[in-house]
Amino acid sequence: MSNIIGIGESPRRKEDFRFLTGRGNYVADMKRPDATVGVFIRSPHAHAAIRSIDTTAALALPGVEVILTGDDVAADGLGGMPCGWGISNAEGVPMKEPAFPMLAQGKVRFVGDMVAFVVADTLAQARAAAELVKINYDVLPAVVGVLEAVRPGAPQLFDDVPNNLCCDWEMGDKAAVAVAFRKAAHVARLSLVNNRLIGNPMEPRSAIAEYNAGTGHYTLWTTSQFPHVVRFLMAALVLNIPEQKLRVVAPDVGGGFGVKQFHYGEEAVITWAARRVGRPIKWVADRSEGFVSDRHGRDHVTEAELALDENGKFLALKVHTLANMGAYLSTFGPNIPTNLYAPLLGGVYTTPVIYCNVKVVFTNTVPVDAYRGAGRPEATFVVERIVDVAAAEMGIDRVEIRRRNIIPKEAYPYQTPMLVEYDSGDPMGCLEGALVAADVAGFAERKAASEREGKFRGLGYSTYVEACGLAPSRFAGRLGARGGLYESATVRVHPTGQVTVLIGTHNHGQGHETTFAQIISEKLGVNFENVDIVFGDTDRVQFGMGTYGSRSLVVGGAALSKAGDKVVVKGKKIAAHLLEAGEHDIEFKEGVFSVAGTDRSKTFQEIAGAAYVPHNYPLEVLEPGLEEQAYYDPINFTYPGGCHIAEVEIDPETGIVTLVRYTAVDDVGTVINPMIVEGQLHGGIVQGVGQALFEGAVYDEVSGQLLSGSFMDYTMPRADHVPNMNIQTHSTLCTHTPMGVKGCGEVGTIGSPAAVINSVVDALSHLGVQHVDMPATPNRIWRIIQNATMPQAAE
Amino acid sequence: MTFAFHQPATSPEAVALLGSIPDSTPLAGGMTLLPTIKQRLATPAALIDLSRIPAMSSISVEGDTLAIGAMARHVDVAESAIVAAAIPLLAKLAAGIGDPAVRNRGTIGGSVANNDPSADYPAAVLGLGATIVTDRRKIAAADFFTGMFETALEPDEVITSLRFPVPVRGGYAKFKSPASRYAVVGVCVVQSPGGVCVAVTGAGPGVFRVPEMETALAGSFTPAAVASIKVPADNMSSDIHADSEYRAHLITVMAKKAVAAAIG
Amino acid sequence: MIVNFTLNGRARTVDVEPATLVSEMLRENLNLTGTHVGCDTSQCGACVVLFNGDAVKSCTLLAPALEGGTLMTIEGLAAKGGSNQLHPMQQAFHQNHGLQCGFCTPGMVMTAMAMVGKNPKPTEAEVRHGLEGNICRCTGYQNIVTSIIAGAAAMNAPATGD
Repeated sequence: MSNIIGIGESPRRKEDFRFLTGRGNYVADMKRPDATVGVFIRSPHAHAAIRSIDTTAALALPGVEVILTGDDVAADGLGGMPCGWGISNAEGVPMKEPAFPMLAQGKVRFVGDMVAFVVADTLAQARAAAELVKINYDVLPAVVGVLEAVRPGAPQLFDDVPNNLCCDWEMGDKAAVAVAFRKAAHVARLSLVNNRLIGNPMEPRSAIAEYNAGTGHYTLWTTSQFPHVVRFLMAALVLNIPEQKLRVVAPDVGGGFGVKQFHYGEEAVITWAARRVGRPIKWVADRSEGFVSDRHGRDHVTEAELALDENGKFLALKVHTLANMGAYLSTFGPNIPTNLYAPLLGGVYTTPVIYCNVKVVFTNTVPVDAYRGAGRPEATFVVERIVDVAAAEMGIDRVEIRRRNIIPKEAYPYQTPMLVEYDSGDPMGCLEGALVAADVAGFAERKAASEREGKFRGLGYSTYVEACGLAPSRFAGRLGARGGLYESATVRVHPTGQVTVLIGTHNHGQGHETTFAQIISEKLGVNFENVDIVFGDTDRVQFGMGTYGSRSLVVGGAALSKAGDKVVVKGKKIAAHLLEAGEHDIEFKEGVFSVAGTDRSKTFQEIAGAAYVPHNYPLEVLEPGLEEQAYYDPINFTYPGGCHIAEVEIDPETGIVTLVRYTAVDDVGTVINPMIVEGQLHGGIVQGVGQALFEGAVYDEVSGQLLSGSFMDYTMPRADHVPNMNIQTHSTLCTHTPMGVKGCGEVGTIGSPAAVINSVVDALSHLGVQHVDMPATPNRIWRIIQNATMPQAAE
Repeated sequence: MTFAFHQPATSPEAVALLGSIPDSTPLAGGMTLLPTIKQRLATPAALIDLSRIPAMSSISVEGDTLAIGAMARHVDVAESAIVAAAIPLLAKLAAGIGDPAVRNRGTIGGSVANNDPSADYPAAVLGLGATIVTDRRKIAAADFFTGMFETALEPDEVITSLRFPVPVRGGYAKFKSPASRYAVVGVCVVQSPGGVCVAVTGAGPGVFRVPEMETALAGSFTPAAVASIKVPADNMSSDIHADSEYRAHLITVMAKKAVAAAIG
Repeated sequence: MIVNFTLNGRARTVDVEPATLVSEMLRENLNLTGTHVGCDTSQCGACVVLFNGDAVKSCTLLAPALEGGTLMTIEGLAAKGGSNQLHPMQQAFHQNHGLQCGFCTPGMVMTAMAMVGKNPKPTEAEVRHGLEGNICRCTGYQNIVTSIIAGAAAMNAPATGD
């Protein structure tokens, strides 16, 4: 029976069964014969010189195999952790790129910095040994905030990085912006902080490494979003081992959100150590360890100014940001607050000139890198907040000021002043749709009802756009990328006509096993259940750049679509031969090759069979077999966007902000599986709500200790923190991706923080409040209300 | 982590084990002790598991006293018809501790013996003027909580039950940490024939009373009576979730809510 | 020490160190890796199992405490052997897209089982409150809540009598 499930349908997910029955295969679930256990000794200090490390007593404990330190790394001549992106200042001077040793050498620079690796027969033995390693530190003054780090006299992390400044980066036309500001009827100004976040995928990072002395092959199982990139970086740049002798496997991975899209030192250390020990090694991070070693996200301090004419039309935007890099450059670190930030400062508006300066700063904190949205939530927050500030100051309704400045649908493709060209979009359509969906008309009544209960109620808009589908390699290369950002797919048709697809992206919750099967089911006319998706193993999958930046469907799906097209092309050739017709007379539809205008046909299964049993086959002109591969490098980013409307109620007595309604109308292009898209939106929005209301990594300013170092102190959004959301789509099709898709993984997290904070500010606007920093915790809101309502001092 | 494990069947046996094994610790629900051991912040040589002592988890009313065995779990107290009838505020308090899985293991005795400054039970124990019954003596609540994580218990002493005088009425209101669900501030207000008691947890280094509120409520047992009473912030705790002034303010807010709950 | 208990309907005898946590015993000694460990402060709920019918965090329960008791893990719920039959609660999560990366899922499903055991027809608010000890980073909870309400209804539906 035919069961072709194609684009636009919502089959339930293929991957669910193993997860629902406890049969997932996460790294920590795996056991290797004769495996040892590794634990990392991490710095308890934010900044210190390592005087000495004495492992004598620890090595004497039973079961201890080896204890490795930075000296061993140096002795083996191994490289540091590479940064995949090199940015430069306006004069073309490259960023400062200090070495990031895989185990600390001479100095530690953040709490959690890796100092030594202990390998023993059991976890208990490894932990006991770790406690006996004597490390003498000379503690140095630490600096954790960007404002403090660039001040004269601040503690210096690196001898050759003056003022802790990695790069003084800029984009846009400074002179034109200055001119525009001189003509402005009004200038809105805003200082804001984009709070530091910890991604916390529910599965802690972990790895198993093994070396086969017989073949010289290494295998690393790791919790990664991009195993091929780990293989390339680690083999070529860190451990200097032949790339073909290293297999990297990322099996089931329990959430990523960016946290697992970096090449981590732990991966290199454990692989290197596995050869030295001669036995497999397993390392599983505790959550506490994750808090001080998983790369953090965001952490900006920003000053923004928006120039407007007398009608509220935007003339120019000027943004100065200090971005915290943490103690070292992580894989994508310097790219996030620059290239993924400044180009989006145009938002969905016709702002003609923009200038952005970003000072990228080192501090004694965990390295900062991409976290869901990565640069784009920060940009959206700046734009959508200052638009509200301008509206309030000029007495223009917040929706009206957006209407006056939104890029009209007819103006697409639209070249922004910040390099990017939006190919398609209809932000006004999303806004109008959201106004209805959110019942904005009924807000006044709901607000009055809240007021009768002694509560404040507010409504907040975020009309946003993002750039995703990372990325056009040529474009990325111009901006400093040291790698390409294409994707690959192989469609392997078996003799039975069943299909295995090998994709370079990685599925860790996004539903690739389902959506990618839908694409192939429709394209090849094979039954949905007859398509299996394989990913995450460098020995099985050709190559891939992995999953991040909402790129899997946009770039990987495009590669898959192209590979599927190639299968059809070859199938037509085989069919033409078997049906004794011209190739151009063969039509292919719903799994059947037929000669146009006749009843002569061959099923897809018959063609597959003929390809593998080529008794009657054009062997002179065509190879047997039916397997095609495609690489796809996009010509542009995609630009999903939309309008989010948040509605909050505030209890002025406690300062508690309750998100009571949330509406999103998003343009994500073609929707392959509406159920999965909605799920991505739900999760993304709640992560953004988390940033707005709950989450924040807090360091002690003196000691540099992470104060929010567990789920006891870092508030993860929970089920009773959020309401059901109203998710709708208002799609325009991307003009340059094969299926018109735009990507949906990050939109929720990009659009939501501004919507929520705008609603909080709206609820407090009667008190004269113009801005609220994130997270809008009860204590912070109560304090703001107190300050606003404090009786004025007697004259 | 490594330790010996004993499961005595009676409380005298438990006390004997605690007295004879150096570095031994009683284990109740383990909701605090086990994470502490896991983080290697405690390294006991032996755990004396009290969960196999049936007499220690009974709940009963004797005259005007509600007796709750030390090993009664939070879920037992929350769902007990006896508790709901005698002192409903205790059932409500227990139902708000941690999360369902925590309530299925954590015990009243363990919570009280641990005296976490953010725990809920100490407020009710002090507020209701409970008596802590141990294997060897009875301790008045006012004498029991001696400091942050400190109590009047001897190292080998075990709480066997808690005896709560049934009050005229009472209420408990808690501002919980959105992360940990512990009390940022919890206020227990109790009206008894002898007077009013207002006991506060979460706000300071240990549970304490607010005499000014007690006096006001003795005059008029209404939320309005405490609404304008401000508690000085000087001795309040301050952390990344709540500064001391906010905590002081929350005491007033939670006291009002607790009175409202008591009035019903 | 020797611990005797019933695991997923089968009597088991396990020899463990007293300090072994139930989560460790399941994952390391018994190769039941469906029970996950997502934190070290008893907050996340990925490790929730049913002990004598109650939802408990197996990362905060010592194996010796199991003596004489009954333990149910995600592996015991359905789909025994090669079967692809899901329990109605698992089916509800599948039908309502109540999982993404799958890591928190076993704890969510087991928590849901206990919740529905006590409250056969939970409301949305009751489900959200009942999940306060379980963290999910992927779904935003909405579809988990929908799944549990649907699973509860399915569990309480009259048997079809086949």
